[in-house]
Amino acid sequence: MTASIQIQRTPDVQYLLRIGDTCLILGQRLAEWCGHGPALEEDIAVTNMALDLVGQARALLTHAGQLSVQKLDEDQLAFLRDERDFFNVTMVELPGGPKDSDHGDFAFTVLRNAMVATLLKLLWERLIESTDAEVAGIAGKAVKEARYHQQHAADWVVRLGDGTPESRRRMEAAVEKLWRYSEEWFEADAVDEHAHATGLGPRWADLREVWTSETNAILEDATLVAPPASPFRSTGKNGLHSEHMGHLLATMQSLQRTFPGGVW
Amino acid sequence: MTTQKSVQVTVDPRVQQAWEVLSTVLDPEVPALSVRDLGIVRDVLIDERGMEIILTPTYSGCPATEVIEQDVLAAIAAAGLGAARVTLRRAPAWTTDWISEDGKRKLFDYGIAPPGPVLDGGAVPIRFMARQASGHANADRLICPQCKSQNTERLSAFGATACKAMYRCLACKEPFEHFKPI
Repeated sequence: MTASIQIQRTPDVQYLLRIGDTCLILGQRLAEWCGHGPALEEDIAVTNMALDLVGQARALLTHAGQLSVQKLDEDQLAFLRDERDFFNVTMVELPGGPKDSDHGDFAFTVLRNAMVATLLKLLWERLIESTDAEVAGIAGKAVKEARYHQQHAADWVVRLGDGTPESRRRMEAAVEKLWRYSEEWFEADAVDEHAHATGLGPRWADLREVWTSETNAILEDATLVAPPASPFRSTGKNGLHSEHMGHLLATMQSLQRTFPGGVW
Repeated sequence: MTTQKSVQVTVDPRVQQAWEVLSTVLDPEVPALSVRDLGIVRDVLIDERGMEIILTPTYSGCPATEVIEQDVLAAIAAAGLGAARVTLRRAPAWTTDWISEDGKRKLFDYGIAPPGPVLDGGAVPIRFMARQASGHANADRLICPQCKSQNTERLSAFGATACKAMYRCLACKEPFEHFKPI
């Protein structure tokens, strides 16, 4: 096994990795649907979105690596970091793939996609104005992709929420399971403050209002209701993850850990 | 009347040659189009280190990007234009508006409905793309590349590659791909 790398937590690097890791881990979760989608079109759609997300992650990880003290590259960051050095939001690591019916299902997947795509779209829209030209360039591309993702996922939330009794039951269960995991996104902290002060990017807390209004519009069309605010706080943004993250990384990293530097 | 010295703008002939060579490098996923038709070649520069070709990637996760880089360098080398390197430039982001008119015609002839003009992103509603209404706001009533009917509908927002969506023609009953405006 290849030894892990540790990263130094500078605020800039952690800010960028929060977004890059969120893209990467959701991309990994969506890739689990490859060959298992409920219809061929959705199989293709979900894996297309995974590809976009992994592409966005690559760009951000590459850039964060250049800003890091050790000058790490995208592969080192993706495949050689340990769990506590990942800063993705906890929601994206939750299992909900085709083989995790105890945890989630397609309703869970499309609702999570809608919630995360809305967050990412709002982030990218503001990151276009970043004082870091590379980040602004990445955002200019990614925002267009995130809009498609949001539209497509919202379409499914409406179709299932306002669908059959069975699809509605599953969508309600997904709302119940997922909603509280959005609370951590909008918690103010020093990393966000620093990004705001330097012009690197917005404070996520400043996005809460518009995110809530966009997701409520989707839920309303789907005849669903958001649960009341929860005191629960997940802590993925700070590197403290759920019990599912280690398993996800074991799968995602096993090849590079076993065959260091292996390429196709 | 003053005599004006004629200003000689010397363009290295290799630059012009490079542009011509790039017209022959095809997109591996959509081989109807050259990388120039696609609008991803933003500039060709020459400095003391040799030739620099500026490419702007299409989609963040497009696996063709790396193949295109290699193909471009191979074509430049085969044409004997000396040392060359590719630089990826992300900003401004690539848009389907950069596909040439010629490129759009080639797409249609190849069987892919070309993208319409990109609307301001802010104007696109969050949702929701009704299945029976012929596509989304950016490209309603696509023309079937096979029979030219406008009686078409969207099957799937995503296709075999990230840049395409799946449609079908209700007149000739054939499915076809649509290059999404982005």
